[in-house]
Amino acid sequence: MRKAKNILFKILTITSSVFILTLLLFILYIIVRKGLPAMNWDMISKIPEGGFYLGKAGGVLNAIIGSIYLVGGAVIISILISIPVVMYLNFIIKKNSIFSRFARLCYDILFGIPSIVYGAFGFTLMVFFGIKASLLGGMITIALLIIPIMIRSIDEVAYMVPRDLIEAPKSLGATNYETLKVLVRQLLPGITTAVLLSIGRGIGDAATVLLTAGYTDSIPTSITQPAASLPLAIFFQLGSPIPEVQNRAYASALILTILILVISFTARYFSKKLSKHI
Amino acid sequence: MIISRLVKDKLARYYMFVLTIFCLLILFIIGGGLIWKSWPIIKGEHFLKLLTTSSWRPFKGEFGFATFILSTLYVTGIAIIIALPFALLTSIYLSEYATKRMKKFFIPVVDLLSGIPPVIYGVWGTLTIVPLISEKIAPHFVDFSTGYSVLAGGIVLAIMIMPLIISIIIEVLSSVPTEMREASYSVGATKHETIIKVLLRKVAPGIFAAIILAISRAFGETIAVLMVCGNFTDLPKSIYDSCYPLPALIANNYGEMMSVPKYESALMFAALLLFVIIVLFNAVSRIILNHVEKRYQ
Amino acid sequence: MTNTNLSDTLEENPVNIKNIKPHLICENLNIFIQGNHILKNINLTIPDKSITCIIGPSGCGKTTLLRSFNRMHDESTEVKIEGKLLLDGLNIFDEKIHVTDIRKKMGLLAQRPCVLPMSIYENVAYGPRIHGMRGRKKLYGTVKHYLMAVGLWEEVKHRLKTSANRLSIGQQQRLCLARGLAVEPEIILGDEATSALDPISSAKIEELFCELKKQYTIVLVTHTLRQAKRMADYVAFMYMGELVEFGNPEDVFNHPKQQLTKDYISGSFS
Repeated sequence: MRKAKNILFKILTITSSVFILTLLLFILYIIVRKGLPAMNWDMISKIPEGGFYLGKAGGVLNAIIGSIYLVGGAVIISILISIPVVMYLNFIIKKNSIFSRFARLCYDILFGIPSIVYGAFGFTLMVFFGIKASLLGGMITIALLIIPIMIRSIDEVAYMVPRDLIEAPKSLGATNYETLKVLVRQLLPGITTAVLLSIGRGIGDAATVLLTAGYTDSIPTSITQPAASLPLAIFFQLGSPIPEVQNRAYASALILTILILVISFTARYFSKKLSKHI
Repeated sequence: MIISRLVKDKLARYYMFVLTIFCLLILFIIGGGLIWKSWPIIKGEHFLKLLTTSSWRPFKGEFGFATFILSTLYVTGIAIIIALPFALLTSIYLSEYATKRMKKFFIPVVDLLSGIPPVIYGVWGTLTIVPLISEKIAPHFVDFSTGYSVLAGGIVLAIMIMPLIISIIIEVLSSVPTEMREASYSVGATKHETIIKVLLRKVAPGIFAAIILAISRAFGETIAVLMVCGNFTDLPKSIYDSCYPLPALIANNYGEMMSVPKYESALMFAALLLFVIIVLFNAVSRIILNHVEKRYQ
Repeated sequence: MTNTNLSDTLEENPVNIKNIKPHLICENLNIFIQGNHILKNINLTIPDKSITCIIGPSGCGKTTLLRSFNRMHDESTEVKIEGKLLLDGLNIFDEKIHVTDIRKKMGLLAQRPCVLPMSIYENVAYGPRIHGMRGRKKLYGTVKHYLMAVGLWEEVKHRLKTSANRLSIGQQQRLCLARGLAVEPEIILGDEATSALDPISSAKIEELFCELKKQYTIVLVTHTLRQAKRMADYVAFMYMGELVEFGNPEDVFNHPKQQLTKDYISGSFS
């Protein structure tokens, strides 16, 4: 009887895991099945032309480029902020001091705040500073979203750096700042993974850009112009009553999914490859 | 020469310190900003009335949040009930039964699931779950359902929060030393008995924390739920009825809010509600998890 | 020192086991971990109702040997076992035998005490409950009996329901012993069971072992020769995965037959 329970339990856990695997495959399958028929070169190479939303020619290049600009800018802002913060927490102040524990707790909480709250806050900031719905607004809001993600990811790697590695440059007479420059190199794989993770998160998020980046059919040429984004492109097209436009929503969804898969695999590949040199 | 190095060092240190404090402050600035923006409506109406009435007619100045709060609770509740068993069983498999090869294969699967953007889940939900409910499930229980419902939101959310729960439970299970498992095997317990009576008991606080984190994630999920929940402001009477969770409220109406007095405050109040609950839940669960995993000691 | 030399010498000088009642017999036991030949052709007899101490330098395989007795290696996929382990004549590796039955017959006391995440009472009751014991009175009686057997009863009787984590490390080790005894094993295995304890708790545990050998067969892996000299009825010396010498302490310590044993005991290596 005990033996039977033992085997049954194992089967139950395996079934559950297989179910989740099937779910993932099913989701991907549906996206491909609906998106592939509507895919064509135009989708990724053209911006919406007249009548796009009535089913006529064009593509979602505006959204693709818009997303790239938005996330690119946000990532640059975040890197400039996250790396110094992690460096400070791990290498300048005492590792497990009360301040660092409190700071980490706060960053963990920020990590859990949903994108809609960042979106609402970003919107409030923009109204306060008089910024219109634009690339700038979107970049700032997405940056707010991904800073905690980056801090957390890089911190995980930085925390593991052994004491002797931190002290070696110092014992040769280097200042703290110079030591950090050495350590950054050490952390490069962790930073790369963090960046890729953040890109994945930022590029697929709709709630941050909904309230802050606006939407447009053209590709923005300056930071104060509104920008389209892939998630919103999908969302808006899906809401159309015209079947051709809905199909294009599926194609856009496929584009976004492929982008995410590529980013995920790259992140995984890099984190494995670079960690071999440590 | 040395002086300029020292100056650089001091500047760098100052710069890092400022940024660290700044990032900390973001948390409090967001909270403060939301409170400030929602002040008009908090001050104007009776607080309890705001939370418990379900009449939502902004153009008439009526702001009853009950529908949105209840919708959020219903959808999250269903999501947890569906997700928890699968997440628990799968993480037990991956942690205790799976071979190294299986782990190498499955863990990316879980990561991928968590990496899929919410809008894609929304598209998928609209394509599969909504028709499933309206055609196959609901007819057994109610006369009519469009499929855009509490249940749809719950199912989509369940899939979205599963990877989070799985990764936390795997993390806490792996922090249990092998000696504890061996102590149980030594008296002749089977693997199943060891898992249920010893391991799960040991990581129970961690599982609790995982659930809380998952709840807070589900509370805040916007676009996926928005696309499958129906967005009607009436109170949902069954899981097959349409619902309107708080994030969807904010996302759908931010454009109109400038035109009506207090509308903006109302939406910011919704954001504030989310913020307060999520911050609380995250704080509690992180503190528990840090304790369970004995991090930073 | 090659393999052939050893087996030759063992044949020439057979270990004096004429008057021993065997409880556990290793027959040509070979264990491979990740392809490495860790235990080489172990032929060992563990005598009944006595204390056998296994000594040897670190890495010689004594813990691997001990853990094979209660089939703890089953949990690892990288371990391959050849040969037989006969418990009262029955090969414990036989497929028809369920591993939980074997483990019930063996009580393992690990180096670092690991209490289960439950109260003191539940720790001791864990084993009996798993094997089907029911009834509050019966369980309570069992718990009390074994807590008394390890000398913990007086110290904990007023806080049985509190968490076992609160006990001192010496108390925890005694609790683990009580937990192991509660399933009524035949053999007690100790894997350097006192090395993590302070001298007083250590002495208590050693005392217990000397008491318990009247009822149980005890096999101890000891890290210090002094402990073996104090407690052993029989000593087995292992080196690099092979059994070098076996006999009673008088013979092994004072008149060792193998040069290797002589060297180890005199402290040439450890």
